[in-house]
Amino acid sequence: MTFASSKSAPRAQPSTYAPAPGHRFNVGDPVVVLRRFPPGHRRTPYYIRGKSGTIERICGAFRNPEELAYGFDGEPRKVLYRVRFLQKDVWPDYRGPAKDIIEMEIYEHWLAPAPGDMGVPHQNPG
Amino acid sequence: MSDNRIDYYAAKKHAHDHGDHDHTPLDEHDDGGAPSEYEIMSRAMQELLEEKGIITAEQVRRRMEQFEEEFPYRGSRVVAKAWVDPQFRKRLLDDGKAACAEMGVDLEVDRLIAVENTPEVHNIIVCTLCSCYPRALLGMPPTWYKSRNYRSRVVFEPRAVLKEFGTELPEHVTVRVHDSNADMRYVVIPMRPEGTTDWNEEQLAEILTRDTLVGVTVPRVKT
Repeated sequence: MTFASSKSAPRAQPSTYAPAPGHRFNVGDPVVVLRRFPPGHRRTPYYIRGKSGTIERICGAFRNPEELAYGFDGEPRKVLYRVRFLQKDVWPDYRGPAKDIIEMEIYEHWLAPAPGDMGVPHQNPG
Repeated sequence: MSDNRIDYYAAKKHAHDHGDHDHTPLDEHDDGGAPSEYEIMSRAMQELLEEKGIITAEQVRRRMEQFEEEFPYRGSRVVAKAWVDPQFRKRLLDDGKAACAEMGVDLEVDRLIAVENTPEVHNIIVCTLCSCYPRALLGMPPTWYKSRNYRSRVVFEPRAVLKEFGTELPEHVTVRVHDSNADMRYVVIPMRPEGTTDWNEEQLAEILTRDTLVGVTVPRVKT
């Protein structure tokens, strides 16, 4: 199955062993990564800030690494997602097929709902 | 560097002069420079933890031995099993940590995500922010994995980087890059090459090299 033909495929299931109660986004939701530049230890790479993609899976709730980095307990836990982006949406001059993708982990407080379907397929291969 | 920093190695050497043994000290600093701030801090931290009875030198040694002698072979074994056992493959994809635990492999991380290569999709792993890597599965990351070159380029020109590793992918194959930037760890399940139908897990594990499990190359059968 190719990514291009997977629009109607069933959605992936969230993790069963790292529950993320009250998660704001669901698999397939279009999201935009906040374009913010706060100081400190952040796990959101600069190159992805301001870019739009779709939720690939919900990883669960984890202690906030932005707090852990400074000796705090990281509570309350934050919901972590994997977000899928089309390379051409991340790099305007991307040299490669338009269907190439990049995925990474983004914490919920770095995400906002995107205006509409970004056209990013969310079905995983296999 | 300031002149009044503690000369840790000189202090150790002095202590040795009065000891009952004699050996040539390790000389990691072939350029003649002083040990880095981080080396000194790391060394001082270990000694403090030892003095407080929290860890022992033997535990630290054992840990390094595991990283070099045991962990590097685990990933190959796990993926070889996934190649021969479809049910295990499914469990590995659903819940990588639990599947590894079945084989007695404690990943020591919250979660492992296994991603599978197909005729349409090729997966490749990077950590752009540092060098996150499934160490308990693959051992220590190779130098290139930690290099700025790999980390910065593979996210925006993965096909060019793959080509430098000798891996050329046709245009119809989707390249799926995974930036291992937070709490997950990743392993690639490559495609099982032709000509391995009658191979056992041990034979299969041999072609499942570290680089195939990171996704910069694919397993090959020597002809």
